[in-house]
Amino acid sequence: MTADNVTTLGHAPVASYRRRHFFARGGLPLQVLGRIGSGMLVLWAAVTLSFISVQLAPGDIVSLLIGEQIRTPEVEAAIRAEWGLDQSLFEQYVAYLARLLHGDFGRSYILQTDISALVSSQMLPTLKLTVAALAVAIVYAVASAVLTAGKRIPRSIAGGLELTLISTPTFWLGILLLYVFSFTLKIFPVSGDRNLSALVLPALSLGLSLGAVLGQVLREGLERALEEPFALTVRSWGASDFVLRLRHGLRHAALPAVTLAGWLVGNLLSGAVITEAVFGRPGLGRITVDAVLSHDMPVVLAVAILSALIYVAMSTMVDILYLLLDPRLRSDAGRAKT
Amino acid sequence: MSASFDQSYVAPRRPRRIFTAFASRPGVVLSSLFLLFVATATFWPQLVTTDNPLLADPIKSQLPPSPDHWFGTDHLGRDVFSRVVYGARYSVLIGVSAIAIAALVGSFLGLVAGLARGIIDEFISRFLDVVSSFPDLLLALVLISFTGPGTVNLILALGVASVPRFARVVRAQTFVIAKSGYVEQAKTFGLARHTLIIRHILPHAIAQVPILATIGLGSTIIQAAGLSFLGMGPQPPIPEWGAMLAEARNYLRVAWWIGVWPGVAITLTVIAISILGKRWQLAFEGRRQA
Repeated sequence: MTADNVTTLGHAPVASYRRRHFFARGGLPLQVLGRIGSGMLVLWAAVTLSFISVQLAPGDIVSLLIGEQIRTPEVEAAIRAEWGLDQSLFEQYVAYLARLLHGDFGRSYILQTDISALVSSQMLPTLKLTVAALAVAIVYAVASAVLTAGKRIPRSIAGGLELTLISTPTFWLGILLLYVFSFTLKIFPVSGDRNLSALVLPALSLGLSLGAVLGQVLREGLERALEEPFALTVRSWGASDFVLRLRHGLRHAALPAVTLAGWLVGNLLSGAVITEAVFGRPGLGRITVDAVLSHDMPVVLAVAILSALIYVAMSTMVDILYLLLDPRLRSDAGRAKT
Repeated sequence: MSASFDQSYVAPRRPRRIFTAFASRPGVVLSSLFLLFVATATFWPQLVTTDNPLLADPIKSQLPPSPDHWFGTDHLGRDVFSRVVYGARYSVLIGVSAIAIAALVGSFLGLVAGLARGIIDEFISRFLDVVSSFPDLLLALVLISFTGPGTVNLILALGVASVPRFARVVRAQTFVIAKSGYVEQAKTFGLARHTLIIRHILPHAIAQVPILATIGLGSTIIQAAGLSFLGMGPQPPIPEWGAMLAEARNYLRVAWWIGVWPGVAITLTVIAISILGKRWQLAFEGRRQA
């Protein structure tokens, strides 16, 4: 538990989101408050950075908004007034922050619709996909860890499978699954989001590679747990090997895996963008890709800020969970500062 | 296993044969050979295939794999094998350039943060926190929405998204090394600050960067292919692997081979890179413990 937390998980993707907290030496409530505070600070900086980058972005917003209309000074002035571009940058910034706090992401440049409504209407399909993919990932990881940990040959087979899954691009896995199960065997529909069977292939192609990463971390943790003294104690009770692994070992192995939660969420969101494109599903990913290709910055930024919000909320929660679960971190946190 | 022990005896040097190397580490040897092949395809594709990857021939469209066209032909009658071979130039080089940019910028930021400490360190670290609070791929998408799609923009976007990984490690290493005994001692020699930094701190602070870059290269190649698949990278008819798969998706029902080989190429390349990267990391960690 020293400062060298960068390499503690080896080559597994460490949840790299670490920050110092302001009230490190105070009691637990203060520490929790400190983490929430610094999470919000990061979010504020992310929003500010987004605002600045829109201002610095190449290309003129007004000419994008005018579109096909004839460009006269009057039209230009009207558009500037309509979109609030005639105010000073600082006023625009304050107005932007105020709107965001009310959950209002502004209007799309291209579609001319309210972004919050657009995003919330597309949220459900993406949420379904990510939850299903998460389920696939967890089931695969637990099964592979419990069945193969500490066994030489199954372990190396699972290791090879995981290396292959991690190295396979999600969209290619999706294309292969489409070819085999939709075009050749005709079990699942090719595209769309009408019923539950349309969810199976996208969830598999998104979830398997994440499950492979998770499985590696879980297996490593499980193997370490099985060598600890408590494993011998449980065996002496006459518990079967399977029960030992599933009920006792997995709890110990789960803690390092929780660290990956932030990374996992980020990957699920990015993966959803590509998976939705492969399977022609509606969702946040599709509106993001369309917005990127048509320079519709407010929509892109809305999705990005939303995902940063989810990511920061997740990692703050994990941090706090750790403080609650592992009292050793509370006193150490102040001293770990180098 | 003899009882007497003659210390002047020197064992004759046995030439390490390729066969023994292969038997002890088949994965490493096969990966090296495959990457050598990929490198050839990247820098000298004419050596591997004689077909023109852009030459369309409507009469020969959608032919299945045959001795003439090993991987078949696509919907415009272009040879898929030669397209996959020429695609290495784009897919691999985009990943390598992006990681190189990230490694350079990240090492620089990490070194500055680790040496300067105080307010500069605080500023750089907070900036990295903010950058990494966006998922990699989404951050790249945001950057591309400003610059527009294209090969160079894709490289820059992916590069920026991977900067924090390198900066964090180099910063932590710089901290440790700047405090270590040998640097303290070097200071007592009265060395100039820049000599101290360049000769004594820098080499150790960035020792891990090449390994990190190798391990990160695989996922960057996958992300690059994914963004090209979405139409953010090289535009058709450039034979980039991700872009080829995007085209192939529309012809999957009639011609599976168009949608298989570019994916095989990506997967094998990434597997080979990860095997070598992991091996390198193990060797490096073993040396540090000793």
